[in-house]
Amino acid sequence: MDNIVGTKSRLVWVVNLSALALVLLWLFPTFGLLVSSFRDRDQITASGWWKAMFPAEQTLQYRAPGAGDAVDENGVFVISGNVFEGGRGSVKSFGTSARDPGAFPAGETVPADDGADLTVLQNGDFRLTSATEFEGRRGMRIFVTSVTPPRFTFENYGRVLGAEGLGRAFLNTMTVSIPATVIPILVAAFAAYALAWMEFPGRALLVAGVVGLLVVPLQLALIPLLKLHNEIGLGKSYLGIWLAHTGFGLPLAVYLLRNYMVGLPREIIESARVDGATDFQIFLKIILPLSFPALASFAIFQFLWTWNDLLVALVFLGNTQDQLVMTGQLKELMGSRGGDWEILATSAFVTIAVPLVVFFAMQKYLVRGLLAGSVK
Amino acid sequence: MTVPVIGEGEARVEQLGMAAVTILVGVFGCIGYFFVSNLILDRIYPASGPQAGRNINRAGAIRPWLFLMPALALLGVYLVYPVFVSVWLSFHDARGETFVGADNYVWLINDAKFRESMWNNLMWLVFVPAASTFLGLVAAAVTDRIRWGNFAKAMIFMPMAISFVGAAVIWKLIYEYRPDGQEQIGVLNAVWTAMGGQAQTWLTLPGVNSFFLMIVLVWIQTGFAMVILSAALRGIPEETIEASILDGASPLQIFFKIKVPQIWGTILVVWTTITITVLKVFDIVLTMTNGQWGTQVLANLMYDWMFRGNDTGRASTAAIIIMLMVTPIMIWNIRNAAKETR
Repeated sequence: MDNIVGTKSRLVWVVNLSALALVLLWLFPTFGLLVSSFRDRDQITASGWWKAMFPAEQTLQYRAPGAGDAVDENGVFVISGNVFEGGRGSVKSFGTSARDPGAFPAGETVPADDGADLTVLQNGDFRLTSATEFEGRRGMRIFVTSVTPPRFTFENYGRVLGAEGLGRAFLNTMTVSIPATVIPILVAAFAAYALAWMEFPGRALLVAGVVGLLVVPLQLALIPLLKLHNEIGLGKSYLGIWLAHTGFGLPLAVYLLRNYMVGLPREIIESARVDGATDFQIFLKIILPLSFPALASFAIFQFLWTWNDLLVALVFLGNTQDQLVMTGQLKELMGSRGGDWEILATSAFVTIAVPLVVFFAMQKYLVRGLLAGSVK
Repeated sequence: MTVPVIGEGEARVEQLGMAAVTILVGVFGCIGYFFVSNLILDRIYPASGPQAGRNINRAGAIRPWLFLMPALALLGVYLVYPVFVSVWLSFHDARGETFVGADNYVWLINDAKFRESMWNNLMWLVFVPAASTFLGLVAAAVTDRIRWGNFAKAMIFMPMAISFVGAAVIWKLIYEYRPDGQEQIGVLNAVWTAMGGQAQTWLTLPGVNSFFLMIVLVWIQTGFAMVILSAALRGIPEETIEASILDGASPLQIFFKIKVPQIWGTILVVWTTITITVLKVFDIVLTMTNGQWGTQVLANLMYDWMFRGNDTGRASTAAIIIMLMVTPIMIWNIRNAAKETR
């Protein structure tokens, strides 16, 4: 289209590179969370997640056991052990003073304090030998520069789903969002059909009303409805939140479905009427199947919205273990576990995993819904 | 924790069972209602017999309302009724018992936290829609021209699927602060210190911390703007573009002088839709700063007075203010929709 000679290839480059920059910029935050969720606590505090893919080089200080642990091997006194204390890593170099912690390459035997000799092997095993008996309770300090290979773990996930209660919260979120997605669909579809294809006075007014209700802030509804729920005995229960989500989701549902149904070919409906079909039959057998794309769009919207919702859940559900949803749990963890990034990152990823899967699987319908749903 | 395990398992099964039953009751209840009510209507006004004509007309007048009834009832109870109750509550005291006139509104105007919230909301209103729409327009223009455009779109659109709370965690990790001397694990501070700056606790920096919260919403909303604007860009008639190429316009000129003016309507729609989202912004502020350090916004102020202040009067008043700010857009939307139906 823009084939102005000479500028074209450069323009293509610029466009491709800026697209790449945008995509990387947009992915970067989420990717950081994902990587962090596979690192253990020590790694997260030791380095930024962007360093997780590379071997980490760090200097450790290790204090050898004191004289009490020395063993007499044929007249030579030996203290031995492993500087990693069971951890993994590989020693690149070692030293005996803080001033030069990387003085000697791994494997060498060098003189240490008090006439002792020190050897540190690559796997971290060290050996202090001395012809005379060791003295003092405190052992010698050994400095090692170690290279830790990139290391990832699934432990966080197990811990978060079990001990941190996210598994239960996952179930609660599902309990909230699935009925809250399914129930409004039919209610809205019937209303949308009436607004699209039935003639009656006041129809235009109702459509306008639905458009108006689309933007009514939830904040306005919270206190009155909480009072209402308490008065009629619903209190903080799943039934209450299902009804609330249904009510809040209806304007969008009716609006989306009506707009879609209006666009269906008039001939089909007219000819069905001529053939003597009732409105109920027309709706169930013709309109509903034809409206599948719009139904799917709304279902995805409503599912993402109810799954991701925090406000409605905070108000209409309690915060006991059997009612706390994942977003609520995540909020509590942010308060109580503010610095424990291995817990936070993993929990956050568990909560966003399902919406992401739904998003990538059903993106087509989501886009269609957005295009139809934004008031033109 | 060993004893309740069995009971808990049962509770889980029971909970899922209850959800399944609700779905069934909801779906079949709905179908049953429509079927039965239509049947009854046909019995009362049979479309045959001596008065068939009159009956058909009467049934035809009633039937739409049968279809509409459940939706209208739910909308009425869950969205219309609360508006009136909220207005009523805003003229009453903390417990909603005594009429206090405009006291709540007077208090609100003089409240420092409210002024802070209003100011912040205005900043959000200017910055987030502008930045999201602009970035969305750029993203749409760029991704429409490349072969892997659909993949790029999906990646930029993805944050739409992430909850505000999840996004808050994601971005808190970026803003994370470690004292000097420790390795910075937040990207922002890592970059900042690498450039020679002093590590900052970004979320407590007065004046700019609100912007760090706004960026989170921009990150989420850009994808939305991109999707809508991309569709609009593709709907532009080819001839206008071909004509401008023939006239020797540069790609940038084509974009800003030929394409953008033709999609103003859509840009406006995107802008207002994001504006509505911004007015209701709550989760991000609650979970990242909880309105501390000068980041309070109206929706979180309302929540504060509802649960921590236990004052339904003041909370409702804050909610009414949000409603008033939404109203112009609501009227504009209704007008546009009415024009379209005509």
